[in-house]
Amino acid sequence: MYRIWAIIERDLRRFRRSPTLVVVSIIMPLVQLLVLGYAFGGKVKNLQIGVVDEDHAVPAVKLKEMCQAIAANARTFETVAYSDRAAAMRDLRNGKINGILDIPPQFSRKMLAGANPRVALIEDNTDQFSSSALGSALSGMLETYNAPPVPARTTASAMLSVVEVYPYVPYIQYLLPGTIVLAIFVSAMIGGGIIFIDDKARGLHEGYLVTPIRKFELILGFTFSGAAKAIIAGLVLVTAGSLIAGIPDPFNPLRLARMLLLVVLTALALISMMFLIMVRVNDPLVPRAIFGLLNTVLFFPSGAVYPTASFPPWMKAITVVDPFTYAVHGFKNLVLKNTGPMAIGGDIAFLLGFTVLAMGAATLLFRRTL
Amino acid sequence: MKYDVEVEHLTKRFGDFTAVDALNFSVEHGEVFGLLGPNGAGKSTLIRMLTTLVPPTSGTARVNGFDIAREPNGVRQSIGVIPQAMTSDLDLSANENMSIFAKLYGIPREKRRRTIKELLAVVELTQWADKPVKMLSGGMRRRLEIARGLVHEPKIFFLDEPTTGLDPVSRVAVWEMLARLKLERDLTILVTTHYMDEADKLCDRIAIIDHGKLAALDSPLKLKASIPGKNILEVSFANAPLHWAGILEQLPEVAEVKSDDNVFRISSNNGPRTTVELLDTARKANVTVTALSVQSTTLDDVFVHYTGHQLRDTLQAPSAADSPFIMQRG
Repeated sequence: MYRIWAIIERDLRRFRRSPTLVVVSIIMPLVQLLVLGYAFGGKVKNLQIGVVDEDHAVPAVKLKEMCQAIAANARTFETVAYSDRAAAMRDLRNGKINGILDIPPQFSRKMLAGANPRVALIEDNTDQFSSSALGSALSGMLETYNAPPVPARTTASAMLSVVEVYPYVPYIQYLLPGTIVLAIFVSAMIGGGIIFIDDKARGLHEGYLVTPIRKFELILGFTFSGAAKAIIAGLVLVTAGSLIAGIPDPFNPLRLARMLLLVVLTALALISMMFLIMVRVNDPLVPRAIFGLLNTVLFFPSGAVYPTASFPPWMKAITVVDPFTYAVHGFKNLVLKNTGPMAIGGDIAFLLGFTVLAMGAATLLFRRTL
Repeated sequence: MKYDVEVEHLTKRFGDFTAVDALNFSVEHGEVFGLLGPNGAGKSTLIRMLTTLVPPTSGTARVNGFDIAREPNGVRQSIGVIPQAMTSDLDLSANENMSIFAKLYGIPREKRRRTIKELLAVVELTQWADKPVKMLSGGMRRRLEIARGLVHEPKIFFLDEPTTGLDPVSRVAVWEMLARLKLERDLTILVTTHYMDEADKLCDRIAIIDHGKLAALDSPLKLKASIPGKNILEVSFANAPLHWAGILEQLPEVAEVKSDDNVFRISSNNGPRTTVELLDTARKANVTVTALSVQSTTLDDVFVHYTGHQLRDTLQAPSAADSPFIMQRG
């Protein structure tokens, strides 16, 4: 046992001397949280829409006024008036405006004749977020435009009322669970991947191998010291990240205790995974080369940034075996819903099982010789 | 006779390449045993097999009576190893580096503290004990590693090129330290080196290894005597006449004469005989000898004799430590 502690002590002393690892593994996810959180956060605003009125009658003017009301209040878009469609099209193609609302010449006459006239939304559909925001703002507007001033009494229509169980979750809060897992991952990647292989290449492990240390003592020493560093990174993100994202009641003791448990299990699972990947690697290029790849393959299919239900089958297959998925799911429950052990029991079971399997495989593959 | 290391038909093959080819030799207790050989001769592979880092393909070896394949932990407990690469942790202090290794060997706290203090004093690093290793010079790091290798009081000490890359003063310091430690601690030392002068002065016996095989094994003195004699005479004369070089060439056993003004460099196959005749000839010709030195065979000559002159330009497996991606530290 004391030999395991010797390995851990060495690693943690070194870590204390040059805490680059923890700084890097915390800064990167924090910056990502802030940038992604605010880049995708909130509703789309301040788009530019060109309005071409080829009709000029009262119903068309009323439509234009409603546009200006949206521009003044919800500010989804601002309107730019065009006298002819060709000029508007030119600006649309040049990217000056995001869409054109075209009111055709016969609009008012058809409207008054009850002939269901059409207005056109010509949109720059290369940006899905902008075009869907424009589309829904304008269809909402037309719905209001079409509604009779006094509701008809005879036709009954069903209405949907939405009940929100939790307070409004801004995107930055939605992103936080993934970011906590990401910090643990980056720490595991640098500590259990890059530094581990560098030490091996530099001959530090050779120094261990000529001592009577046993194989399992080496493996447990590497695993626990790596996990300890990843846990530190995870806990910083749990606290600092909650404050940055504005999670309500961030220091609830019960929730913090559950978060700690999940941080520890996530750290163990990711360190074991890294150890399994690196157990036969000698080339310092390998961990650096697969860093970005692993990050993409594990982070994005996990549901950290987008709901998993919409994924194609091959990506769902990754989602099912990806330890990120369960860690993110667990943290989402704790951070966003503050739910109890029932909701995260499955996640805990998976992470434990994953750790045992990965460590078992790594132990089988580990060689106590050069 | 007690042998601390016994090697029998020890062989290591990497694919088609035989790095160590059925070696047989024994190292007596208390010996300083030198392993010499060109780059790629198999010295490091041999040391790695004896220190349980690489399993042998066939053959056996016993270190301190323990079989390297069957009782590796017995071997590990008996040996101290200084690998070729500097393996101290640069961010930790000298003291911490020692302490971690003492713990890996399971030395109890009180003894650990005492032994580390004592060993750091022996390698003259006491005043730097708390400084991070990255602030120590190459020679100091090497001395620290020597102290680290002795922390569990091993019986047999393996050193793979301990002085490579050190300046001459540090080299002398390392060797003097090893010689003293050997006496004080009753050590048997196996060492590889490329410095023939070091091997000559410090080793009791030397094994020359080439192509994984033993080319020669004996004491430095006997090795030098074993090859055809070759001496260099350097002589200065006060009043050398014309054609003096031609006269010198006629002396017995002389192979070649080179001159630069009054200084002559004579290659002889028999130094003593040529010297006597040279002095005789000079006296008869009334030429005054102002300086005379006779250089005898060196271990370099022995080395070249047994391993040949060709450069060993063989390819080697790339080392992970050479990767441009590894983080540069210290």
